[in-house]
Amino acid sequence: MTAKITDSHPDSLAGKCVYVLRSFLEGLSRRTLALLGLLLVALLVAPWLVSDYLITVLIVILYLAFTGQAWNIMMGFAGQLSLGHAIFVGLGAYIAALLFARYGIAPWLGFLIVMPVAAACGAIIGFLAFRFGVAGVYFAILTIAFAEFARIGFDHLAVVNASAGLFLPVAQYAHNDLWHLRGDPRMFYYVILAATVLALVLCRALLVSRVGYFWLAIREDEQAARAAGIDTFRYKMSAVMISAVVTSFGGVFYAFFYNNLFPEQVFNISRSIEMILGPIIGGLGTLFGPILGAFVLTGLAETLNAAMAALGFDLPGAKQVFYGICLLFVVLALPEGIWPWLARQIGIGERQR
Amino acid sequence: MTALLSLKKVSKRFRGLVAVDGVSFDVPAGELFAVIGPNGAGKTTLFNMIAGAIAPDEGAISFAGEPIAGLPPDVVCRRGIARTFQIVRPFPALTVEDNVVVGALLHSRDVAAAQQQAQELLRRLDLFDQRRRIAATLTLPDRKRLEVARALATKPRLLLLDEVMAGLRPTESDRMVAILRDLNRANGLTIVLIEHVMRAVMALASEVLVLDHGTAIAQGMPEAIVRDPAVVQSYLGAEPT
Repeated sequence: MTAKITDSHPDSLAGKCVYVLRSFLEGLSRRTLALLGLLLVALLVAPWLVSDYLITVLIVILYLAFTGQAWNIMMGFAGQLSLGHAIFVGLGAYIAALLFARYGIAPWLGFLIVMPVAAACGAIIGFLAFRFGVAGVYFAILTIAFAEFARIGFDHLAVVNASAGLFLPVAQYAHNDLWHLRGDPRMFYYVILAATVLALVLCRALLVSRVGYFWLAIREDEQAARAAGIDTFRYKMSAVMISAVVTSFGGVFYAFFYNNLFPEQVFNISRSIEMILGPIIGGLGTLFGPILGAFVLTGLAETLNAAMAALGFDLPGAKQVFYGICLLFVVLALPEGIWPWLARQIGIGERQR
Repeated sequence: MTALLSLKKVSKRFRGLVAVDGVSFDVPAGELFAVIGPNGAGKTTLFNMIAGAIAPDEGAISFAGEPIAGLPPDVVCRRGIARTFQIVRPFPALTVEDNVVVGALLHSRDVAAAQQQAQELLRRLDLFDQRRRIAATLTLPDRKRLEVARALATKPRLLLLDEVMAGLRPTESDRMVAILRDLNRANGLTIVLIEHVMRAVMALASEVLVLDHGTAIAQGMPEAIVRDPAVVQSYLGAEPT
């Protein structure tokens, strides 16, 4: 049936969606599909089995998995290290929040405005870097600089209340309002779960496509990629822009979930760092690494918090120390990340890339 | 006879050093053209200028009648010139097949078709059985063949080979010679190669250019070149008597 839709309307939106879904499923072993299905079912029923607090923890995990996946497009696929991805979260958050708070525009419509802004911002950073040969560490510094410009800029921008912060109207809602993203944690949980699943499907479809091959070639050896005829400028630009747009949805979600935005927090470099730890721990350039990494890091940190609370310790900063130790362990013991190793253990090797 | 590749008084200086000094030559379509000369003669610099990796300071390079000097390497490749690197640089973390698929995707929008094409090329270059291996784990001769396969996947009209025989054992080198000759004869592919292995040059080349200190000191049929006193003096060395 799916084949029929694709064949009859190859250019229609539905046809494209089916195409993306098919490229996602293609080449996956039965075992992989079964495990993915099992995981999805577990995540679907989870909010009915756990406490509200744990739902919030799961939301944070999925948020980090989603943004990690988005960041991974740029670094894991195309090899361009961004340490300033908070700028795309911040733009998405502020624009969607402002449109809603001032004009009552629903976040889904707001996202339609966020998308081109995030893409343009990514394009500006990409253009400056790739046109003038800024690469590697210097590119990373450029991305930090942009995030810092944005932080300081928004801190003085009256229209978003500058450093006083932007607040979304919070009222008691009789029922979940998905269109305006007003409701209980369970609704937010399903929204971010759906976004994470979509990002995974999209990333896999991208990775097995023509552009995915070109990104990997650029990541592996840019000079050799050019010698093979790849317009590396164009494909690096597309990686940054796609990554920016996907990340910016994380920002929209962030704004409506937390209801308050402060430039000092949203654009802070620690936001950018926490976004990239998941993919690094889980496995750079892999599809499941960002998801696994988010679960491992936040899951263990929460366990640590709970254990320390139970034991009556109060050590501020323990989480950061814990992150540091995790990172150290992974870098030393599993330099490819946890996922490639785990995938081998359970025998579902993601295509070696 | 119109030349496929034509260089006119091409020069390149690196600060004080004149790497290539006013070199001119024509490569007719369908020819197997060898560039030889001692280390530091400017052979790779010459290649880099043809492939667009560096721009010449002076002179003109034309390909299929159009000027290409100074064009970026990806544009040159899309015009129909593919190259290999003297120090091999396959995409290390990708599989052998994916390396070639990247090249094949230049002219194919369809990944499945590109995979098909890549597999055919891998068969031709005796790499088919290793197609699932990670490129970094291949031996040097295999990596050299992989580079040739990736270059061929871009469907070039002109192939630039930078010392593909170096480091190969005589049997491997003979195999490469056979593959290249077959590509040249069966597909009409024009090949320009830089080579130190004279055995391969003699077996393959229809014309040889000798560079020394950036200048062309001789050009002609391989049999004549090896007897040229200037070439013997600067590069080949006199036979012990």
